[in-house]
Amino acid sequence: MGIRKFFDNIEPLFTSGGRYQKYYPIYEMVETIFYTGKTVTKVAPHARSYTDMKRIMTYVVISTIPCILWAFYNTGLQINSNLMQLGESSQVGWRISILDFLGVSLNPQSIFANMAHGSLYFIPIYLTTLVAGGICEVVFATVRGHEVNEGFLVSSMLFALTMPASAPLWQVALGIAFGVVVGKEVFGGTGKNFLNPALTGRAFLYFAYPANMSGDSIWTPVDGFSGATALGMAAAEGIQSLAAIGLSWGDAFWGYMQGSLGETSTFACFLGLAFLLVTKIANIRLIIGCLVGMIAFSYLLNWIGSDTNPMFAMPWYWHLVLGSYAFGLCFMVTEPVSASHTNLGRYIYGGLIGVMVVMIRVLNPAFPEGMMLAILFANIFAPLIDHFVVQANIKRRLSRNV
Amino acid sequence: MSQTKKDLLVDPLVDNNPITLQVLGICSALAVTSSLKVAAVMALAVIAVTGFSSMSISVLRNHIPTSIRIIVQMTIIASLVILVDQILKAFAYEISKTLSVFVGLIITNCIVMGRAEAFAMKNPPVASFLDGVGNGLGYGLLLLVVGVVRELFGAGSLFGITIFETINNGGWYVPNGLLLLPPSAFFIIGLLIWCVRTWKPTQVEEREHRIQTIEEH
Repeated sequence: MGIRKFFDNIEPLFTSGGRYQKYYPIYEMVETIFYTGKTVTKVAPHARSYTDMKRIMTYVVISTIPCILWAFYNTGLQINSNLMQLGESSQVGWRISILDFLGVSLNPQSIFANMAHGSLYFIPIYLTTLVAGGICEVVFATVRGHEVNEGFLVSSMLFALTMPASAPLWQVALGIAFGVVVGKEVFGGTGKNFLNPALTGRAFLYFAYPANMSGDSIWTPVDGFSGATALGMAAAEGIQSLAAIGLSWGDAFWGYMQGSLGETSTFACFLGLAFLLVTKIANIRLIIGCLVGMIAFSYLLNWIGSDTNPMFAMPWYWHLVLGSYAFGLCFMVTEPVSASHTNLGRYIYGGLIGVMVVMIRVLNPAFPEGMMLAILFANIFAPLIDHFVVQANIKRRLSRNV
Repeated sequence: MSQTKKDLLVDPLVDNNPITLQVLGICSALAVTSSLKVAAVMALAVIAVTGFSSMSISVLRNHIPTSIRIIVQMTIIASLVILVDQILKAFAYEISKTLSVFVGLIITNCIVMGRAEAFAMKNPPVASFLDGVGNGLGYGLLLLVVGVVRELFGAGSLFGITIFETINNGGWYVPNGLLLLPPSAFFIIGLLIWCVRTWKPTQVEEREHRIQTIEEH
């Protein structure tokens, strides 16, 4: 119990009246890494159940593990197989030097080699996210005198998973700083954000540096390689073109394709979702609403049809596995703070996202991917949806007693 | 008169800024600030219109029947706006093309109308003129600050002169495309308001409601 004693000894310095009173949030942060916090959440909107917020956040981080592992493997796989095609001359860069030094091959058949190569892309991005976002978080916590919150661990993990592997690190830092400050802290910190902080940061980067966040050459960071994402190809030439490059629905479901780090495997996302549903962190109503909205609207568009836009013909099960739909569905739509809070509202909120994502993908020629924008759009409408649900309920109960 | 003439001119710059405190004239602040040159011309146009419209309205204030005062004010402001528009077209045609409809829309800028209603109708001409110019300056100052941020980080230049050489021209700076889009001005103005209110805490509004904690029930 040496650590406990150490904390007990230094605690008076940080509590009110102590010498370092100002830095209490930092003390609290370090202490709760080692021990369970002394206080439980008392304030809305988190005071809804007996589950402590720290546990919720930890569970969400755990649920992203399948996506992280797949991000390691698939990023490495895409890079290694393209390197093999392009030949020896393209194998340069510090990552390859490290792999050489450690004696790891670049063989795309080897799971370990792929994981090692992919992790050298994911880990720098994640560490940058943690450091840059963490600094913003700690500065705000110290100035405002609230606790450093575990919610940041979730935001930073989700943010890192939405980055393309080639994202420049300074942009990653800028993006998460914007997400944390403008998406969360200016509204009062964790639990008071009406937008998803990770997506706010991602959207900022998407509009600020479109050349590094979208297009054909960024998904697999190999010099001289260029290729659109599966969704981009489907948008340009229809889903038949995917069969031409040998991408079956199964491949897309398991995640053998290009894309942002964590979004490619629908299977890995669903594993995470299952964990969130079992631990009752994700609300099933949001998922049902989002699936129904997406399926219904894609059927409608299939039925309308179009001669010029091949996306109209894309069936719903392709919408499910391509792009970031599955990732957004499992980790972003289910985020409890920025979603609607009433049960009926949750169906409507999910449905709105489902409809919007297909609408942006199919009807808007400027953006091949629509999940990020659809979720941010619905985030803004969530309080309004709640308002009308509550008002309708009040009206119904009033008329019952006339 | 409690306010001195200097106060009339200086007060609206920070302490009573039409954009950051009164939150007026936001629309044009979003639209014209992507380049500093355009923002500066717009600021001059607004300063001229608010100054002279306040003065003219103040001269006529005792002869304007209350029931039709808005129409009279509008007529005066509209005439001035048309004058400014024509002068811009004659002497700075290129810029007037970029500003396009926004010069004409000065007429709907709440700052002009607001100063006419709130100040010029009750005060003598010289004071009204100074008040109008002061508010125009406050608006212009903010326009310039937003313009500097947007042009410097969005295009790497100021007044069209390159400060940061961008990647496309062989330099090192990666321009931030978001700043060239109008919504970015929302963020910048929001952050500026935050800075100003941290600097001058008297401007902070009272909270409308607080989040209750469970013990309070």
